[in-house]
Amino acid sequence: MDRHAIMEQGLTQPLIAPALSPAARRRQLREKVIAGFITLMAFTGIAALILIIIFVAKEALALFTEPEARHEASLSKMFLAQDVAPGKPPFRWQPVSKIPKVSMIPLFVGTLKTTAVSMLVAVPLGVFGALFAAEFAPRRLRELLKPVIELLAGIPSVVLGFFALMVMSTVVKEALGFDRPLNAMVAGLGLALAIVPVIFTVSEDALTAVPRSYREASLALGATPWETAWKVVLPAAAPGILAACVLGFGRAIGETMIVLMASGNADVISWSLGDSARSLSATIAAEMGEVVVGSPHYSLLFFIGVQLFIFTFVLNLMASTWTKRVIRKLTGGAA
Amino acid sequence: MSLNPNAPRPKMEARELTLRYGTKAAIQKVSLAILDRRVTALIGPSGCGKSTFLRALNRMNDLIPGANHTGTILLDDMDIHDRSVDVVDLRRRVGMVFQKSNPFPKSIFENVAYGLRVGGMKDKAALEQRVEKSLRGAALWDEVKDRLHESALGLSGGQQQRLCIARAMAVEPQVLLMDEPASALDPIATAKIEELIHELKATYTIAIVTHNMQQAARVSDRTAFFYMGELVECGATEQIFTNPREKRTEDYVTGKFG
Amino acid sequence: MTPGTRRAVGFALTSLTGLAAFIIIAMLAIILFNVVENGAGGVTWTFLSQPPSDGMMGGGIFPAIFGTAALTLLMTVAVMPVGVLTAVYLHEYAPPHSLFARIVRVAVVNLAGVPSIVFGLFGLGFFILFVGQGMDRALGHEEMYWAQPGILWASLTLAVLTLPVVIVSTEEALRAVPMDHRTASLALGATQSQTLGRVVLPGALPGILTGAVLAISRGAGEVAPILFTGAAYFLPDLPSHLNSQFMHLGYHTYVMATQSPDVEATRPLLYSTVLVLLLLTFALNLVAVIIRTRTRRKAAGAH
Ligand SMILES: Nc1ncnc2c1ncn2[C@@H]1O[C@H](COP(=O)(O)OP(=O)(O)O)[C@@H](O)[C@H]1O
Ligand SMILES: [Mg+2]
Repeated sequence: MDRHAIMEQGLTQPLIAPALSPAARRRQLREKVIAGFITLMAFTGIAALILIIIFVAKEALALFTEPEARHEASLSKMFLAQDVAPGKPPFRWQPVSKIPKVSMIPLFVGTLKTTAVSMLVAVPLGVFGALFAAEFAPRRLRELLKPVIELLAGIPSVVLGFFALMVMSTVVKEALGFDRPLNAMVAGLGLALAIVPVIFTVSEDALTAVPRSYREASLALGATPWETAWKVVLPAAAPGILAACVLGFGRAIGETMIVLMASGNADVISWSLGDSARSLSATIAAEMGEVVVGSPHYSLLFFIGVQLFIFTFVLNLMASTWTKRVIRKLTGGAA
Repeated sequence: MSLNPNAPRPKMEARELTLRYGTKAAIQKVSLAILDRRVTALIGPSGCGKSTFLRALNRMNDLIPGANHTGTILLDDMDIHDRSVDVVDLRRRVGMVFQKSNPFPKSIFENVAYGLRVGGMKDKAALEQRVEKSLRGAALWDEVKDRLHESALGLSGGQQQRLCIARAMAVEPQVLLMDEPASALDPIATAKIEELIHELKATYTIAIVTHNMQQAARVSDRTAFFYMGELVECGATEQIFTNPREKRTEDYVTGKFG
Repeated sequence: MTPGTRRAVGFALTSLTGLAAFIIIAMLAIILFNVVENGAGGVTWTFLSQPPSDGMMGGGIFPAIFGTAALTLLMTVAVMPVGVLTAVYLHEYAPPHSLFARIVRVAVVNLAGVPSIVFGLFGLGFFILFVGQGMDRALGHEEMYWAQPGILWASLTLAVLTLPVVIVSTEEALRAVPMDHRTASLALGATQSQTLGRVVLPGALPGILTGAVLAISRGAGEVAPILFTGAAYFLPDLPSHLNSQFMHLGYHTYVMATQSPDVEATRPLLYSTVLVLLLLTFALNLVAVIIRTRTRRKAAGAH
């Protein structure tokens, strides 16, 4: 706008355009340099994400380009049942045995099992806890809950893994009569500790975003506080709560240390929660240390990383779409 | 060109100034002169474009996304939108005091010294001298001289506003724009500000937006009446209040609407 | 349903939500209690100031504390300028409705969701194998110098991981600086960068510090990203160069818990290590919470 005005003037009176004072010109130049530098810094976030994609994918690429790797770890070997002697399992992850077996299926199953347990525990806890904090808790209790959640969220996952390994494993084994202390159940419970804060926080934000008028209208119509919370507030905040669960899910899929320490890490396919499980993330963590750089096994681990990246990326995208939707719905399109 | 050498010349002048926010015009074709070392009051009902006009005079509207203008504004016959004019230099010459007092969360001293420091003044003695001068000029010195290094946020509302005036005066602008500077203050603080404006007009050219008719009548030499984005009438304050040319002006100053 | 049963059902279900909240609090309490009960006895001055001895069965964890501190310090130095300036761009410099700013925001949100183990892969693939090898070649190192796991690469990996934390809290802090302060500064003839440096950033400082503390707390506890970028189980020497490997509290916990030949013998040391790690992260979180509540109260009082 100003530029237009200036340009017009520049066009109409090009001859007498007086110059800026040198001091002002220096000042303007300095401002431009600073603004440019700051803009450059803002590229870092984008650059980081792109570099992550590129460099994780790049190391996995050998699986599709190098003949040796293509032979040893073809897509069919990763994802389809293998012909094996009768009685032997058709899906195995044993990339360092004499004949490498590279089926990802046990890893998927292991990841799903631990994640499912954690979601079954953490979603009710997180969402109900948030509902309590947002709707029913006296103010004091609510102010206690927030720091508790923050502290829980602040516990490093290696400590949660440690706790699952040292304490929960024995308790769970005795309570449920499992054969082995480290299993999908223990890992899932450990994971639940990690994702409850995520689900709680995001749900609570969504619930408190529901305008007070909704509640007042419902209460005025004679609904009890519970009915108001359940039939009015919760549905209004539903996309946000869904987003909370999806974020928790993504976090659980990607979480490494807890599963690595508490799941037992055997590549078995079973639906029993008492059996050991090996997850995608724990596989990378456990094997990358020993692997030969550039070997098919090495590329395989990066390929697992690519898959993890894609899963969590998609889940995040979904979550942010839903969060935006709930904000738009509740604020009438303002955001 | 007046023959009388004492007749005030225009310090700032808007010519056919139209200002839009996006596509919506906030003021339309306003031509108005702000006379040198006089107090010009801008009055009119809320939303008529007084603040918009005031902000145009030191290009604070540049900061509002979507704001654009046509027409010209002159400061001493120089187009303030000309590319030879640096907006920083302009704002040092045309200072502004806002409706809501907005001291920085710094000490009283640092508040007043702010404009000087960003202008490159480093010498401590010179800074102290200018800060004292400005605080005296804003009739605040006696109240704060013992606590210059305490937070400005500890001052009362009226003191904060006078601090903001002192802060604006410290850079020694030629024009002082005031947007309803007393609207949030109690009557005693308001009276102090008005008194101050009286004293300031010896050295400064002042444009003041006010909601308050009596205030306009008390402090200003000239009054401009805005209505729905247009300048309806501008003249000597006495004439506007006793003998307006326009019916709308009369209705407004007599309190029939607004 | 009669009003009476309706109320009773409501009460029962309300209690259920209360139970959920109670379980969350109880879990935290149990973890803390368990770690403190088993670990507190072992946290002595010797434990904090001595290196491990007797094949990890005795001595202390000083090198791990030192390594964790050095790692997070380097990380902070790397992440703070970049994160703060990115937030400054987003909140202060980006033109309204800027497409670039929107892309940056999306990238930051997604970066925050990338699993930490993937950051580990990234650190290995990018910093060590790409940048490190490139540097070795460029600087003419015959043997590997930069192209190996080390504290610099680990800290940079963590810096990328904590970047979203810093950006998000800095932006929140910038949002809390009243617009009035910027307007006042500009009206006094300050340039945009002067306004930023003298008014906006000082005003946002508490929030920025909160972000730094949260990032440090997060970075100090992460193990997955440093597994193959520089952490080592036992090193007699403290890290002395940017390419040195280092001991780390979290990594130490992991290895001791999972690979110890005699779990019962290492158990007390393990608990004490966990307690130290937990105290460290909690102390940092507490600092963040205190700074935040104090500035919120101040902000509330100022208006
Ligand atoms: N930042 C802005 N963006 C869009 N419209 C604005 C903005 N500021 C003021 N306006 C509009 O411009 C008109 C004039 O406003 P203003 O100059 O503040 O009036 P006054 O100060 O006389 O009350 C009003 O209709 C107002 O809604
Ligand atoms: Mg106004």
